[in-house]
Amino acid sequence: MCLLGPSGCGKTTLLRIIAGLETQTRGRVIQNGRDISALPPAGRDYGIVFQSYALFPNLSVEENVGYGLTNRRLPRGQIRARVAELLKLVGLPGSEAKYPSQLSGGQQQRIALARALATSPGLLLLDEPLSALDALERVRLRGEIRSLQEKVGVTTIMVTHDQEEALSMADRVVVMNHGALEQVGTPREIYETPASPFVADFVGRVNVLKAVSLGGGRYRAGRLALTSSENSLAAGQPARLYLRPEDRVVDMPLNGQPNQISGRIAKIEYLGGHCLAQMQVAELEGQPLSVYFSLNQMRDLGIREGSELTFALRADRIRVFAS
Amino acid sequence: MSAVLPAPAAAAPRVHVADLLVRALLILGGFGLALFLLAPMAVIFIRAVQDNNGNYVGFVHFANYFATPALARSVWNSLWVSLAVTAITVPAAFVFAYALTRSCMPFKGTLRLIALIPLLAPSLLPAIAFIQWFGNQGALKWVMGGVSVYGAPGIIMSEVFNCFPHALMILIAALALADGRLYEAADALGTRRLRKFFTITVPSCKYGLISAATVVFTYAISDFGAPKVIGGNFNVLAVDVFKQVIGQFNFSIGAVVGLLLLVPSVVAFGIDWVVRRRLTASLTTRSVPFVPRPRPLFDGLMLGYCALVCALLLGVLGMAVYTSLINLWPYNLGFTLKHYRYALIAGDYAPAFWNSLKMGGWTALIGTVFVFCTAYLLEKTRGLGALRPALRLLALLSMAVPGLVLGLGYIMFFNHPANPLNFLYQTMAILAISTVVHYYTSGHLTAVTALKALDDEYESVSASLKVPFYKTFWRVTVPVCLPAILEIARYYFVVSISTLSCVVFLYAPHTILAAVAIMNMDEAGDVGPAAALGTLVVLASVGVCLVYALATRLLIAKSQAWRA
Repeated sequence: MCLLGPSGCGKTTLLRIIAGLETQTRGRVIQNGRDISALPPAGRDYGIVFQSYALFPNLSVEENVGYGLTNRRLPRGQIRARVAELLKLVGLPGSEAKYPSQLSGGQQQRIALARALATSPGLLLLDEPLSALDALERVRLRGEIRSLQEKVGVTTIMVTHDQEEALSMADRVVVMNHGALEQVGTPREIYETPASPFVADFVGRVNVLKAVSLGGGRYRAGRLALTSSENSLAAGQPARLYLRPEDRVVDMPLNGQPNQISGRIAKIEYLGGHCLAQMQVAELEGQPLSVYFSLNQMRDLGIREGSELTFALRADRIRVFAS
Repeated sequence: MSAVLPAPAAAAPRVHVADLLVRALLILGGFGLALFLLAPMAVIFIRAVQDNNGNYVGFVHFANYFATPALARSVWNSLWVSLAVTAITVPAAFVFAYALTRSCMPFKGTLRLIALIPLLAPSLLPAIAFIQWFGNQGALKWVMGGVSVYGAPGIIMSEVFNCFPHALMILIAALALADGRLYEAADALGTRRLRKFFTITVPSCKYGLISAATVVFTYAISDFGAPKVIGGNFNVLAVDVFKQVIGQFNFSIGAVVGLLLLVPSVVAFGIDWVVRRRLTASLTTRSVPFVPRPRPLFDGLMLGYCALVCALLLGVLGMAVYTSLINLWPYNLGFTLKHYRYALIAGDYAPAFWNSLKMGGWTALIGTVFVFCTAYLLEKTRGLGALRPALRLLALLSMAVPGLVLGLGYIMFFNHPANPLNFLYQTMAILAISTVVHYYTSGHLTAVTALKALDDEYESVSASLKVPFYKTFWRVTVPVCLPAILEIARYYFVVSISTLSCVVFLYAPHTILAAVAIMNMDEAGDVGPAAALGTLVVLASVGVCLVYALATRLLIAKSQAWRA
């Protein structure tokens, strides 16, 4: 599970409330049917990895990972075996004698993970675990953490402000804004059917068109009449249409498609695998519209700055919110 | 996986105990500071408005005080002398600090060390040395051109000597913060040197200058040692307190003067507090350190200046050492160790030096443990949110209380027959405790800085691993902060073996301390033994600093493996 939101939205605070590091002003925290709202951190059952990792600098990797085990008066041999097992699990076997400062950021991160898992907690909390790493390492560790989590099978709550991270790692994503939950759902649900304008705006790119409902799933944006499969607003109500840049039809025959639009390409932003084209559509009366094209489509359709193009917006993808 | 380990829930009850322990210790720390700092201060306030029988008399004592012209004049004397000391010390130290940070002169390390030497000497020692140099039979009496060194000139000279390193340390820190990028930008714009100095250098260390000025002013106005020795008939507030209390047992007037002495300190403390907050704000910006380039003429001038200052400082200290090694100035200049024998073995004050070492040891031990543990509890634990700001304020407030005023509060509070802690009076313990409290702020700030450098989440991680806080404190926090802990201990030892103002009211014949003995011997005309004892104090401080440097070096070498 991922808590996703812009900085300052309260996702880390929520995590720290779950961990007992902050006290909630209202509400209860229930874990496995047990009310843990009033318990101090040490009375709760979780392991945690912080953004800074908080590895003890003066203790070796073995002492760090075994930190929580030593306190349980387990025999030395058993601790040793457990530490070795954990280090193997995180892919750093044999690094027992090293100190944190001798490890790279990614390695420190995995040691912190091993330490959090050492006591076999019922819940693993990750506070922006990847944000201190460089971009490549971040993408690599995403997959590793995910597969490790599946191997251990521990319920995990992760905080992140990186939507890609959330969408790629989580089974369920919780989008937060100003301390409130905006939407809880699978990554697919979050991206494809955002529950609020905020979610649509925050996750991925989106076009926003000011429109007025004409009733029956028809809307007027500027001088353009558009159809959506969503029909929640009464006629005459002002609306906002949210539409992702990739939800357009260009290469299929357009005959009979609703929402056909013609416009001039004002600007093309090159993004590597695809391009983002800024369309100027006369009927939209100055409201810009961004559309993705793959490089192949660019070539096949002869798309350049200044060229004219006709395409259709997918009616099943236009999300409508009252404004 | 979970088959290997017992269920974690079993650890729950122990946790609450740890939490309770935190609260108990924090309350204990607060209680300690309240008892040994606030209560004595409160008693001074009360005594200032009471007569000797404990009846409320309002502001009669204040009125009496200001109606006595001799006493009222002390206020003015204290003020202008301290202002003069500030006006001389801060620019002198600024140029020195500027040379150390902004020039390429050689011998920077040595010059800096020499400039810090006054920190190791009791504040009386320069006064004794200046009397030897410029006094009635002084070696360089003609330099004074008929002006007597006893009085304002001697006090000012002595306090400049005493305050110089304090101002220097602050100004070095302020100048070292320079942002090299600003100078590069100015160079790119073709800015002249003088203009760069006034538009970049001065504004960037403005707060350092203000802070240095307040520290020097507070030190000069509240120091008691130098004016006592060299002040002659020139009355200042600090000596007035002493005379009223020790000479005339007039506690009420003593309390009034103490409160007057408290005013400039508290004002200076307020200014410094505001300035420090700004200082830390400018610290956080990312800047490129300034690297000076060689400029032969400028570097040479700077070296000349610093060498001159160091020669003057060494000249003062050297005269004290010389006095301790000759028979009797200026009649018999033969070499002798008899003053040392007198000061250490034969004389009435023979136990003083050993008492001071003992007291220094106790202060270092008690002070370091109390300061560091309290700072840890304040910075790294949770709970009792309302108590914490109060404790932080108390920790900083100790700086604002002059030692003499604190000592006065202690006699009034602990010597009261009804006080259950009366048994502390006249013991070594009360000397150590008062010194711990008097020098609390500096140690506290050192500890807080070291603790703030640690990751805030160590405690959270330990809690999640069900490890009680005290284990993490012992296994992680203390080892990582050991350099800072040693620094606090060194500081406490050095200040406590040379302190005078705070303990002058509190010693008993069997707990007499070196600085008090120096004062008494000097008063009795035994200048040689006084200088000998002062020299010994300096030597002991140097010894402790060497041990500290060695210990720190060993420690760093030993922990090389994990200190990045």
